Amino acid sequence: MTERTPNSFRTMPDDRGHFGQFGGRYVAETLMPLILDLEKEYRAAKADPAFQAEFDDLLEHYVGRPSPLYFAPRLTEELGGAQVWFKRDELNHTGAHKINNCIGQILLAMRRGKTRIIAETGAGQHGVATATVCARFGLPCTIFMGATDVARQAPNVFRMKLLGATVVPVTAGAATLKDAMNEALRDWVANVHDTFYIIGTAAGPHPYPELVRDFQSVIGKEARAQMLSRTGRLPDLLVAAIGGGSNAIGLFHPFLDDKDVKMLGVEAAGHGLDKEHAASLAGGFPGVLHGNKTYLLQDEDGQITEGHSISAGLDYPGIGPEHAWLKEIGRVDYTSVTDTEALDAFQLLCRTEWIIPALEPSHAIAAVKKVAPTMPREAIILANLCGRGDKDIFSVAEHLGVEL
Amino acid sequence: MSRFAQAFARGPALVCFITAGDPTPDATPALLDALVEGGADVIELGMPFTDPMADGPAIQAANLRSLGAGTRTADILKIAADFRARHPEVPLVLMGYANPMVRRGADWFAKAAAKAGVDGVICVDIPPEEDDSLGPDLRAAGVDLIRLATPTTDAARLPAVLEGSGGFLYYVSVAGITGKQQAATASIADAMARLKASTDLPIAVGFGVRTPEQAREIARVADGVVVGSALVDIIAEHGANAAGPLRELTSALSQAVHHSRKEPA
Repeated sequence: MTERTPNSFRTMPDDRGHFGQFGGRYVAETLMPLILDLEKEYRAAKADPAFQAEFDDLLEHYVGRPSPLYFAPRLTEELGGAQVWFKRDELNHTGAHKINNCIGQILLAMRRGKTRIIAETGAGQHGVATATVCARFGLPCTIFMGATDVARQAPNVFRMKLLGATVVPVTAGAATLKDAMNEALRDWVANVHDTFYIIGTAAGPHPYPELVRDFQSVIGKEARAQMLSRTGRLPDLLVAAIGGGSNAIGLFHPFLDDKDVKMLGVEAAGHGLDKEHAASLAGGFPGVLHGNKTYLLQDEDGQITEGHSISAGLDYPGIGPEHAWLKEIGRVDYTSVTDTEALDAFQLLCRTEWIIPALEPSHAIAAVKKVAPTMPREAIILANLCGRGDKDIFSVAEHLGVEL
Repeated sequence: MSRFAQAFARGPALVCFITAGDPTPDATPALLDALVEGGADVIELGMPFTDPMADGPAIQAANLRSLGAGTRTADILKIAADFRARHPEVPLVLMGYANPMVRRGADWFAKAAAKAGVDGVICVDIPPEEDDSLGPDLRAAGVDLIRLATPTTDAARLPAVLEGSGGFLYYVSVAGITGKQQAATASIADAMARLKASTDLPIAVGFGVRTPEQAREIARVADGVVVGSALVDIIAEHGANAAGPLRELTSALSQAVHHSRKEPA
């Protein structure tokens, strides 16, 4: 028997929403008809040039796209190997890539005639982005946020409230992102008639992983065209941080069939993979949570364990199902970096390029720092700078022992 | 005749839910016995999960109390097997979420459940679309997969829900989570008529049923009534000493259900 390889890595999911053994629609019966309707509506929207035109227009004039592609000369020099380039999604309105997806989903919500929006948030970036699009379109918005995160992300809580959103602190469990997602699902199931759930990452029941990826793919599509036009070639390596994995899949997906482009996803190793961490691929096993089958941090009885990362945005015990599949088939490599390495990388970028990165992409930068010196000077690394670090300066100061 | 068929053949059945291991694994057998003594016809034993996203505050808290007491999957299977030994005739259902059920493989779980004398399994987050993940193994092991139908399950979808389901059909009377508001009896009667036209399975109605009066109303139009949060609240209050008050409420519920069709409405 000859070994078969797929003609394309970009045709997933299948018609049941599966990426290989991962993904799917593991939801309560009450939600199932809704999920099926959403899929139908998304197919129609995808085929509708007017939907795409409105999405593109908002991305250009409201979000500020295309975001720049930036060659980082001093960082490159300091690392002494491959050229380091950044996709500057931290320059988007609201300061992160999250807004790309929120624009797409709120247009879908309005297309379906839904009049109320809910979302979960961890660090608050997705909450702020959701509250922003709700304010922009005049829809009431409820954000579920773990009580622990409400306490440690006060500026984002205030931003959401300024934008008119109701922020509901969730006290169940460890009171972090996964508990916020449970509570959002509980709200949704009780309000299916009028409510649209804007999921923040490329995870959850089908069609969410697919539609979030499609909306975020603007990152990779732009970057691919920009790189070709600036250098006449494709990058050798893409690098992106992964919590649920939406910025990474958004960068990677348009390049998946470029066979010479390698890709590296960077999970949060927290205090270390042998201690508390949030690296679902490195330290987890396949299982079912929040509507999809994917790698999860869990014990031998299938109870979900808490993730830990210095970055509240990476602190989730699962990962988007497409990443689980890309790992399994070997198309993308995955690694992890610790809290300390991310903090060092955060400072490195501040010092060399005067860009303050969020702690999430600081994980990607930490991986770049390790790999760039091992590559030749003509090689090109493209990393996704998916969020700006203004929200993180207080916790970084605390970790560095600086009193503000 | 299966235990389910026998239980539902006697007239409207009372289905009682508590969470395994709440407040501790050692306390559960006596609490289950209290439900049977109070007249429960079917026992639904909850498998605790860290992320019970279809459950309201009462059952969420029960899940956490149980896991906090160190309840493991092995404890739940032992509670089930011991129950079967003490109560050879009472149907026993395991109810929970997919991940703890598939962690060691669906075939492992199906065989372990069958060996423990479990009659049926309700899995909240495996809809018919993902049946492959659990259904075939349960059916091969002779354990009924009990599916949920809801107010959002339309006529087009109902056949898929019924395909491969067994034991009884669990009608979730409100779109929402456990323990919250209750649906109007008229809407339940309509739903029963609609569902009965498509299946011969007995239909039990749950979500939001707390009192004997509510249970009586529903038992007039349904084959069974499921009560959970109200029983779990008693365990929250009385802990390991909940047997007495559990027996008392179950007894009031079972009388209401069993006599519902003998009294004027």
